[in-house]
Amino acid sequence: MNSPKKEYIISAFLIASILIVSACAAPTPMPMAIPTEIPQPAAIPTEACKPQTVNVFAAASLTEAFKEMAPLFQTAEPCAALTFNFGGSQKLSQQLQDGAPADVFASASGKNMDEVKTAGLVAEDGSQIFARNGLAVVVCPKTTFKIEEVKDLAQPGLKLLIAAKEVPVGGYTDQFLEKAAADAALGQSFMDAVKANEVSFEADVKSVLAKVDVCEADAGIVYKSDGFTDKTEGIRYFLIPEALNILAKYPIAVVKTSANPELAQKFVDFVLSARGQQVLEKNGFLKAR
Amino acid sequence: MATFNYQPIEPGRHPNPKINGEDPEVLLGERTASPFERWTQRLWWLAALPMLIFFILPILALFSFSSFGDLLNSLQDPEVHQAIGVSLRTTFFSLLVIIVFGTPLAYLLGRHRFPLHRAADALVSLPTVLPPSTAGVALLLALGRQSAIGGFLANMGLPLSFTGMAVVLAQVFIAAPYFITAAALGFAAVDNELIQAGQLDGANSWQVFRYLVFPIARVAMVSGAVLAWSRALGEFGATIIFAGNFPGRTQTMPMAIYLGFESNLTNAVTLSIILIIISFIALLSVKTLVARTTQP
Repeated sequence: MNSPKKEYIISAFLIASILIVSACAAPTPMPMAIPTEIPQPAAIPTEACKPQTVNVFAAASLTEAFKEMAPLFQTAEPCAALTFNFGGSQKLSQQLQDGAPADVFASASGKNMDEVKTAGLVAEDGSQIFARNGLAVVVCPKTTFKIEEVKDLAQPGLKLLIAAKEVPVGGYTDQFLEKAAADAALGQSFMDAVKANEVSFEADVKSVLAKVDVCEADAGIVYKSDGFTDKTEGIRYFLIPEALNILAKYPIAVVKTSANPELAQKFVDFVLSARGQQVLEKNGFLKAR
Repeated sequence: MATFNYQPIEPGRHPNPKINGEDPEVLLGERTASPFERWTQRLWWLAALPMLIFFILPILALFSFSSFGDLLNSLQDPEVHQAIGVSLRTTFFSLLVIIVFGTPLAYLLGRHRFPLHRAADALVSLPTVLPPSTAGVALLLALGRQSAIGGFLANMGLPLSFTGMAVVLAQVFIAAPYFITAAALGFAAVDNELIQAGQLDGANSWQVFRYLVFPIARVAMVSGAVLAWSRALGEFGATIIFAGNFPGRTQTMPMAIYLGFESNLTNAVTLSIILIIISFIALLSVKTLVARTTQP
């Protein structure tokens, strides 16, 4: 009955498995921070002209839209070399105040633009709203519920996904529900019914979308620009009415300390032009109007 | 019940290899060391130190992040004790499921040879190397509302996704291999002659398991169960995908840590410390248990 060899094997295995447990038990790694510096291929000047750099500080949610605009702008202005710094608007405003060289600031909130104005880096009337973003409802294509407007979210038994309150869009969803509770047509009973339908507070907007996509839930609340990707192909969605929606307005401005104010203004004009607005709309933003 | 050992004893050799200085452990460590050997010993320590420090540092950082008072305060937070409650409840049921359904599979793998045995063995270990998020997606597709099984259960009024049951299933999927592989090795270590002797004495299959195999494999089973439980306690990736996140229902401690990292770091640290202490005690007791039984 004594078989030391086998016992060695067992203990060796157990030790190995303990090592594996300790290696695997760690929670999955945190998602990478949004890169603030996205290298942009330098424009190749087609004509003989000295390339002039335009540093654009832009909110992270604008990443796709602005990167799509870059080649379009550079076709129009061959001498411009666009450099992007994408990041949280809060952080960008801080960097600007710390003296980071920037020509254009595109913020996801008026609050951060105001901070920069207070610091004297942007003229008081120097900013313009160039895009808006709001909450939208995505609906699973195979749902048995009829979900076409906000009040449909209160149907008993419907499974609704929202983002966790720790995520910005989750916070906006809460604000939307508060607004709905104060609304005469919907009221407190609507909010209670919706809260009873919430099945999960997802860690990010992308997983709300993915789970509605596979119809694990009937509907989900997302930011329109987040919901508007190729992943949502086949997912129906509707915008929450403006009266109930939390609309974020995106201001853009030329920074006073810009070395190239004229070219910077040209980029701002381009973003506001029909072509720029079209790209923003294509990426899920609402027109500046 | 002892089996006879017919190995002839060589003159001048003691049956216990340790006394002859043949045990590998004795060979390595306990001989009188020359100054050179002592010096190389120190070198080993020096070479091992960076790794050891690398393990200790992050844990020290967690423990020194907040004061004891802060920890006690965040324990009062309903979200914190809800998460602890959900974790304890779900891992309890997971462990139960793992032992009840894992033992037969472990017995089969450990004591029988059948076609594709090695493939089955590898399959059982697969969840330990898969990214947990892959497991979560796979479970969602296999048992979610749109699947045959999940759809059937949902129609019966027993939806799986976004329920505590989904948390348990995710934990079982990820943690069961630790129990099954350990138990299978425990079962495999039982001497065939012993079983044959039992069968000769008229023991039926159940009696062989109950009175011969189980007592011998018990340590391996208990160790495997503790490992599986600690792994279930730390499960995050598969759970958040398959079960979602709802405080008091599906939000386990690892999930509360992940989300708390973005809003309430103190709560996240408190839960992390609790998890570290529990896991460390669990691992330490497994190692002690194994050491005691393998080196009597």
